Amino acid sequence: MSSTNRTVVVTGIGATTPLGGDAASTWEGLVAGKSGAKPLEQDWAADQAVRIAAPAAVDPSEVIPRPQARRLDRSAQFALIAAREAWKDAGYVGKAGESPAEDGAAHVDPDRLGAVIASGIGGVTTLLDQYDVLKEKGVRRVSPHTVPMLMPNGPSANVGLAVGARAGVHTPVSACASGAEAIGYAIEMIRTGRADVVVAGGTEAAIHPLPIAAFGNMMAMSKNNDDPQGASRPFDTARDGFVLGEGAGVLVLESAEHAAARGARVYAEAVGQGISADSHDIVQPEPEGRGISAALQNLLDRNDLDPAEIVHVNAHATSTPAGDIAELKALRKVLGDDVDHMAVSATKSMTGHLLGGAGGVESVATVLALYHRVAPPTINVENLDPEAEANADIVRGEARKLPVEGRIAALNDSFGFGGHNVVLAFRSV
Amino acid sequence: MAATQDEIVEGLAEIVNEIAGIPVEDVKLDKSFTDDLDVDSLSMVEVVVAAEERFDVKIPDEDVKNLKTVGDATKYILDHQA
Repeated sequence: MSSTNRTVVVTGIGATTPLGGDAASTWEGLVAGKSGAKPLEQDWAADQAVRIAAPAAVDPSEVIPRPQARRLDRSAQFALIAAREAWKDAGYVGKAGESPAEDGAAHVDPDRLGAVIASGIGGVTTLLDQYDVLKEKGVRRVSPHTVPMLMPNGPSANVGLAVGARAGVHTPVSACASGAEAIGYAIEMIRTGRADVVVAGGTEAAIHPLPIAAFGNMMAMSKNNDDPQGASRPFDTARDGFVLGEGAGVLVLESAEHAAARGARVYAEAVGQGISADSHDIVQPEPEGRGISAALQNLLDRNDLDPAEIVHVNAHATSTPAGDIAELKALRKVLGDDVDHMAVSATKSMTGHLLGGAGGVESVATVLALYHRVAPPTINVENLDPEAEANADIVRGEARKLPVEGRIAALNDSFGFGGHNVVLAFRSV
Repeated sequence: MAATQDEIVEGLAEIVNEIAGIPVEDVKLDKSFTDDLDVDSLSMVEVVVAAEERFDVKIPDEDVKNLKTVGDATKYILDHQA
């Protein structure tokens, strides 16, 4: 493959989120402005400062048979569910190279197929649960599946096995930017000719007493225990932190030639990514959004993208006091007056924050927003922060129609502890 | 009281069903764990640990490789149970 700047498109989508067990029900929930947050009713939650979260709407145990599920961390279960949906949605059947000769089943050479699935924390529930087994029941009872379950590359390796990917299976880890970094990495794999098709996204399953206690003690999570559905309120003056969500979002990315040759349905073009690092603080966002600005500038410099065509931004906006505003300042700084025609949505107001899964789920939301030409709402904005209002047009309360005519583009922002900034761009076709 | 051969096969069938999802009626003396019952090397460790607990027997790692079939495991447990 000599081609080094190939066009990449989205041909399949899959998701399992706090709003629904697939992409369609998740999108329906997003457009309807539903919240997936609930009280945590487990015994361990009683003495936590944070007693709310956004669990998956459909538990993976309802989808994956028990013999398979018991050797997969919950994060890998979510990834497999979303990847299978996306794979099927793209028209593929079974493993690459082993597809039965079914009518209409698409074909991809396994040596030209990759998988890039990321998580922020990896198999944390497996690690902690097996440590409990070790302490309570002894060495002999520790599951022999523990290592492949807890390793952070477990979800990508399992998805790679499920589809038969041999061009490369990767796991970028950058906290809450991980899912977006995975999709960006996959775009580059195709663009530079390493692969023709890549299954890419993010997953997370961290609703467990230790992460809840740890994020809670960092003052990063909302303690609005009395109003779970109102707790995630990006851009509202009363925002006090994020609500932890779980699930996965996955795209099938494909070179435009490969998609065209097989007559695939194309949801959107995956234009490219912009990346930067803050080099400011291990957890605090840089208050003026300097690193975010650099990522946006990097996106514009390296890709064929005109700010005039950007009509929607799926913001990172986790509902923390500092982060939400820094992001909007950066948008204004880099995109100037063009921000005025961008409908900015914070879907974490509904899904909660899926950490490493966020970039995957929000890429699914961004692609569907372009496909249906609808921007999902930001819910729970009762008193819009004046600094938000001054910098961006927030879609509040109800979904908003995007321009019905012409080529439109959208951004998906993701930032992570450690100062990682990733901005993805998608465009209608 | 020591388990009988039938009780051991029944117990192994329940363990294999739990771990590999194979129907209990398919777990018979002549079946190979790996070739017939979908029990790979890691899952075999789980089967062994579960069998040790259920039948109060110790199965050292060096003996596990000799337990190819349900019959092998049943005989081993019959001979070694406390």
